[in-house]
Amino acid sequence: MTAPETPATLMVDVTGVHKSFGSLEVLKGVDLKVRSGEVTSLLGPSGSGKSTLLRCLNHLERVTSGSVRIDGQLVGYRAQGDKLYELRESEVAQQRRDVGMVFQRFNLFPHMTALQNVMEAPVRVRHEAKRTVSDRAIALLDRVGLADRAHHYPAQLSGGQQQRVAIARALAMQPKMMLFDEPTSALDPELVGDVLDVMRKLADDGMTMVVVTHEIAFAREVCDTLVFMDDGCIVESGKPRDVLSNPQHARTRAFLSKVL
Amino acid sequence: MTEGQPAATGLALTSPKVVPVRHWGQWVGAAVVIGLVVLLIRAIASNEVIQWGIIGERLTASAILDGLGITIWLTIASMLLGLVGGVVLAVMRLSTNGLLRTMSGAYIWLFRGTPVLVQILLWFNLALFFPTIGFGDFSLNTNDLITPFGAALLALALNESAYMAEIVRAGIQSVDSGQVEAAEALGMEKTLVMRRIVLPQAMRVIIPPTGNELVTLLKTTSLVAVIGAGDLLTKAQAIGAVDFTRMEMLIVASVWYIVLTSIFTYGQMLLERRFQRGHNTGNGRPTLTSRLAANLRPGRVTTPKVNR
Repeated sequence: MTAPETPATLMVDVTGVHKSFGSLEVLKGVDLKVRSGEVTSLLGPSGSGKSTLLRCLNHLERVTSGSVRIDGQLVGYRAQGDKLYELRESEVAQQRRDVGMVFQRFNLFPHMTALQNVMEAPVRVRHEAKRTVSDRAIALLDRVGLADRAHHYPAQLSGGQQQRVAIARALAMQPKMMLFDEPTSALDPELVGDVLDVMRKLADDGMTMVVVTHEIAFAREVCDTLVFMDDGCIVESGKPRDVLSNPQHARTRAFLSKVL
Repeated sequence: MTEGQPAATGLALTSPKVVPVRHWGQWVGAAVVIGLVVLLIRAIASNEVIQWGIIGERLTASAILDGLGITIWLTIASMLLGLVGGVVLAVMRLSTNGLLRTMSGAYIWLFRGTPVLVQILLWFNLALFFPTIGFGDFSLNTNDLITPFGAALLALALNESAYMAEIVRAGIQSVDSGQVEAAEALGMEKTLVMRRIVLPQAMRVIIPPTGNELVTLLKTTSLVAVIGAGDLLTKAQAIGAVDFTRMEMLIVASVWYIVLTSIFTYGQMLLERRFQRGHNTGNGRPTLTSRLAANLRPGRVTTPKVNR
């Protein structure tokens, strides 16, 4: 964090973000920077605002104040003078195409096969030819180890398989970066490994990733930066090894002592 | 009896015969009811005023078959229009746009709050208020535009829309909100999300009560006889009034209504059974999404739930 950041290398630039649900303030002035190709993990007790922060990155939640930039572009708003004007729905949708998201509960479309799930957005949103999308979708399913499950419906897949299809679905839009919202929390322990393997490969391929997770081992191994949040604030961040082995704040220490 | 078996149980060890509880009361009750029904049938059948021959003859009279055709056509056309209107109203009702939401709410309130018979009469008598309909130099005589059949279709379709709107709304709301989020995160716009993701899943919840609506609507079409829209009851009453076979013609109409209702109900039963299959896979009570998922599987193979 010593070298000055040029906008080109910054994939995520969050500045002074506040978010309230009614009178409850969930984010209390958060700054977060993620460079292109980096993997950042958000760690913290439940209710600390990490999922909300993640959802602000693709405007699933609108910020109350502050700004979120993805690849230099302001998310959800247009700056004009000293005011931010909210974008129209179609413009927000346009922005979301570049940011893939994976959910805790997978949220696969149950009425479509794995292959149809992966093909849906490129065909319907980007209007790409079915043939080219189909080739790419099969390649993606192969990449997550599920080529033989292409014609299965979500209900016929295990949780771990569903989550890997969900990752392939997000990748099919060829996003600039990926958001993961507790991707392994809803899985049986023995199914977690396959999903983490896919994410590890993705990180090795240079994908920019922001991951809300409770998997300390994954964070230690794969992340470039680990961010610890508590009560709507970023308490500390740094190299995972440093934060995990030598936490500076009492709150980080208290949390780590419970989960490690 | 096996040796050493305690005498108190009085049970042989090897496969004792099970004697189910006998429901004597049911048998007695059934006999009484059957007796009463036989008496009633005899009273009607032996009634010399009712001309049974005429009923059999008139069941397939061409005017009756015409009326039957109009009744079926009116039912299906109002249902299709009602379904389309219902989807539009439901989407409006759930919109973030306050104007659309209010308009839809007001429509549903108005059309569910007034009797459909009154609505039929209002459309039929529209010419009393607006003798001509049009704009500028172009105008048409209202009575030419709204025929009795037109008024009937208009009234039933608009009324059905309001009821279907509530059914469709329940269907849309049954779809997990995570589905919408996932679709929006992929960059899909709201209309596309509704069309491709939400409505196909909502259909599973919408279809069974829609079957009920169809059967109800079929019977409701008889109300349009008050404006002489040419349906089954209109025709039956017209014939009955001419040659004093009023009761006979009402029985003819009833026979056809019950035949149609039975056919529709049977179709609905098949439909519902189809949607109920494969519901109880996995442990405990299935969630709505897992139910939907189970329904949506083409083969509906019962696989043990791996994830729990």
